[in-house]
Parts: sequence; structure tokens; C-alpha cells
Amino acid sequence: MKTKTGRSALRPSVSSRGHYTGQSAPRKRWLTIERKETMQGLLFVSPWLVGFLCFALGPMLFSLYASFTNYNITSRMDFIGLSNYERMLTIDSLFWISLYNTLYYVAFMVPLTTAGAVILASLLNQTIPGKRIFRTVYYLPAVLSGVGVYLLWMQLLSPSTGLVNTVLGWFGVDGPAWLFDPDWTKPALILMKLWGVGSGMLLYLASMQGVPKQLYESAELDGAGPLRRFFTITLPMITPIIFFDIVTSTIGGFQVFQEAYVMSESGDGGPQNSLVFYNLHMWNKAFEVFDMGYATAMAWVLFTFIMVLTLINLWLGKRWVYYEGGDR
Amino acid sequence: MSGRVYAGKPARLSGRRSRNRTANLLVFLILTAGAVIILSPVWWMFATSVKSMQEIMQYPPTFIPEEFHFKNYVEAWTSPAANFTLWLVNTLIITVFVVIGSVLSNSFVAYGFAKIRFKGRDVLFAVVLATMMIPGFVTMIPQYILFSKLQWMNSYLPLIVPPFFASAFYIFLLRQFYMTISTEIIEAAKIDGASHLRIWSRIMLPLAKPAIATITIFSFNGAWNDFLGPLLYVNDEALYTLQIGLQTFKGTNDTQWHYLMAASLLVLLPVILLFFFFQRYFIEGMDLTAGTKG
Repeated sequence: MKTKTGRSALRPSVSSRGHYTGQSAPRKRWLTIERKETMQGLLFVSPWLVGFLCFALGPMLFSLYASFTNYNITSRMDFIGLSNYERMLTIDSLFWISLYNTLYYVAFMVPLTTAGAVILASLLNQTIPGKRIFRTVYYLPAVLSGVGVYLLWMQLLSPSTGLVNTVLGWFGVDGPAWLFDPDWTKPALILMKLWGVGSGMLLYLASMQGVPKQLYESAELDGAGPLRRFFTITLPMITPIIFFDIVTSTIGGFQVFQEAYVMSESGDGGPQNSLVFYNLHMWNKAFEVFDMGYATAMAWVLFTFIMVLTLINLWLGKRWVYYEGGDR
Repeated sequence: MSGRVYAGKPARLSGRRSRNRTANLLVFLILTAGAVIILSPVWWMFATSVKSMQEIMQYPPTFIPEEFHFKNYVEAWTSPAANFTLWLVNTLIITVFVVIGSVLSNSFVAYGFAKIRFKGRDVLFAVVLATMMIPGFVTMIPQYILFSKLQWMNSYLPLIVPPFFASAFYIFLLRQFYMTISTEIIEAAKIDGASHLRIWSRIMLPLAKPAIATITIFSFNGAWNDFLGPLLYVNDEALYTLQIGLQTFKGTNDTQWHYLMAASLLVLLPVILLFFFFQRYFIEGMDLTAGTKG
């Protein structure tokens, strides 16, 4: 704000810097405008900057330090070196179970929801009547979330009188006990996730509409059928969105928590710990037994894991993601 | 009909047209079947909510209730084990603050990133994008410690203060929208002596109404459905939100599915209504995300 006055242009610091913008008087005033812009720019982004420092960066640095201590809210923070990490890898068997459960969930959920969303979007991208109504219907479950939806699915998956097993029964399939059978608890959550595939679908639909029409027209003239057009035009053109979707839903998948918490009697982890996901285990360590040092160590292991995975994704992405208009 | 219209074209092509039409019919049928599958859980929820307990236990289950007990809704809402009216008021209070905070802070910050040229802006924006990759739990535990040191436990402050400091995804969405607004308007306003603060409040906000509506709806949904936040910070039953209340209600009314479904449907109703009336803003948000990643 000081720089607003003409006086500041006379200050030595400004004129000494003047060499790269020229020496003439109007040039100097330009510099002050630039500075004023910087001040205002920082003013505008300051809410985010303060929030970032107070609610993200600061807490993260604190938790990095805490992960090397035995902190439990009431205790002093005694530095105990790597023993939290050691305990995680060698003693805590639930840690490995939770990691397995989470990897299982991600490994099935991400490909299934991605494929489901792409297929649905390409079907909706055809010239069919009632397109808007279909779009609304398919998107509806994606906006529904929270405890109400989990309760609904507990009812749908009820082994004897639930909708899912009733429908399976029509086809002569004897449905599993879903949330009561340790082998079927995770597929149950994945099934629920597939119901909300509409948000991904909308994302793909938006990007499919950006594919130039003349590509399809010339392909059709060359005799390419609908499947061939899909695999040689649509799919390559939307790879950036597929990539974005895979990266974000992988990160999201590793953080699966709420559904497991609500659908397994307040976080007890379901039958035979089959719903003890990484975050559920971390939650119990942090907020049930207040073993904060250990929980922050778990958080950092997850963070590192996700970072490495994202980097691998980025590296792999270079091989299959097509960017129109060259490399990026 | 097609024979006459495409008479001049090679037979090969007109044959393809009719094959396309059968293909489209097939697509239509698949989509209709899919729509039935997608909607059936919602119908099931409604059907269960108006059934009697005997009918729910009946085997095989009925798809259309034999009798409609709409009083289930009243009984669930006024159940002695719950206090849904109070929880609704609590949820509304939190939601109003979260929406105001999100709209104000994000539209303000996004203007800085979209329309003011300053040193370090692009680096800071890269940091904004990078924070979207940080798993929530990494910051949640230290935040919990921070808020407990600030004596904010068992209050709404941990839920309503952070939204006033903007969040990465909303900044990103609004910035994309601002970028589509011509810079010439801003330059003209600047020549007339308007400050950035004035340009933001008098020019940008009115022009960005559709994007602001998107943020309003997204943040309303986020606050309304938030389960983790209240679970972590609110212990007093008088301060419960609908989500936490519903979870407790489940504990006290275990297997009373007609009440559970009635209460769930009531809690989901505002989101469903919002979706049907303001659908285009949901889609707008998706288009903004898709358009820039491509």
C-alpha cells in the first residue's frame, strides 16, 4: 500500500532495481503498479494461504514430528525414534490386515467404477430419446451420500429379505450373506460404490462431447463400426479424463472409511476384521485409544504410499494418455 | 421411408443407417434396464418406509406395499429415542455458516488466482492443486489436536471456521470459471479507477452467478452429509447433527427397518429436491472439471 504514493518511486531500492525495466520515469511507475498488483494478489489469496499454513502444512509438520514420539494427548511428547514405525511393521497384525483389505478394495473398486462410468457415458453419448432423463436418473445416486445411504444398503443387502438377494433368487442364485460373511463384506461395499457410478459418468460424458464430430464422420465413411469408433476415437480422446479419474479415485479408495464405520456397528471392523480398512484402523488408534503418535505414523505411511502410487500413475500415464496438441 | 430419403446415396450407407437405428434401440433398451436397476433401491427405500414390520419380515418380500403406513414417518421423526427436530436445526445452523464461508472465501481467493497477475502466483496455484492429493486423515489427527488445544471441542467451530479459509477444489472450479470471463472488462474497470476489491464484488460476483450456485450446492451437500466432522468434534447429544443422529437412531432402533428407512429418506430429501431443481449446476461443476483436464 505504501507504494501507492509517488514518493516510493524515488526510493533507492526501487531505482536500483530499475535497471531491468529501464531508467525512464514511466517505467518506474510501471514497477510500482506491478508491486501493487502483487500486494493485492497476495491479499486475495491470503485466506487460502492462512488456511493452508494453519490447517494443512502446520498440522502436517507437527504430525511428522509426533510420529516419532509416544504422544497420547495428555502425555509429554517423548521422542522414541522409529519405534512407532517398527511396531507397525512387525507387531501390529491388524496393520497388515487393514492394508490387505484396503488394497483389495482399491484393486476392484477403481477398475470397476472406471469401466462402468466409461461404458455408461458412451451409451448415453448416442442419439437416443430421453437422454436428459437417463442422465438425471444415473446421476441421482451419486449425489446421495451419508448415513442414510449406508442404512439403505444395509437393508438392500439383508440376507433373507433384502432386495439384492431377492432379485438374485429370481435367477436361481442363492445370494451370499453380504455384510455378515467375511468373504462378501468388501464386494458389498464395492457394489454400493458402483451404484454411485454416475458422477464419473457425467465427467466422461462432458469430455466425450468435446471430441470433434468430423473424426467420427470420416471414420464412418471409412467403414468403421460403432465398436471400432469407440476404441480408436472415443477412448484415446478421453484418456486424460480416464487418467484423472483413476488417480483421484485411487486416492479416494485408499481413504475408504465412513461406509465401513457405519455398516460395521460403529467401527468394530465387521466379521473377522474383514472391514478393517487402513483409515478405520487409524481412526481407532487415534480416537478410541488416543495413541496419537502411532496414528500419525500410520498417516504418514499412507501419505507416502499414496504419493509413490500417484508418481507411478503419472509415470505410467505418459505411456497411454493421449494429449491432443502434443506433449504436456 | 429411409429408402426414399437416402435414394441418392449408395446402398451400403443406407443399410448402415437402419443398422444404426437397431443399435440405438438396443442402447435404449440397455439404458432403460439400467435405469430400473439404479432407481430400484430408492423405490425399495420408500416401500420399506411405509410397510408394517410384519410385512417387512414377510418372505418373499413385497415390491408394492400391501398397506401404506405413512404414520411411520411421524413415529420415526418423533421417536423418544431421537430428537430429529433439534438435530435438523443444528444441521441447518452449521450448513448456513459453511455455505457462506465457502462462497465468500473461495470466490475471493479464486479471483486472485484467475485475474491478478503477481509474482509467485503460479507456484502457489500449483500448491493449491497439490493439496488436493493430501489424504484427509493426514491432516485430521493434528487438526484434532490443534482444535482441542484451542478449546474448540464440543462446539461447531471446527466445522464452520475452516470453510472460511477456502478449499482447493472450489478454488479450482471457480478459477476455471473466472478464466472464461474476458479480461477486457477488468482492464476497462481498472482504467475507470476501480480497485480489485470493487471489481470482484461489483463485476465478477454477478457474472459468476452460475459457478457460485454450483459452489453453494456442493458445499450445502458437503455440510449436510458431513458425518466425520461432527463425529469427531461433537459429543453432546444436544449438539448432534442429522447424520450423527441417524447413526444413533440406528443403534437404538436396530432392525426396525420401517423407521430407519423413513428417517433416512427424510434426511436425504433436501438433497434429492435440490438435485431435481438445480440439476444444471451439478452438471456445470462436472463440465468445468472435465473441460480443463482434457
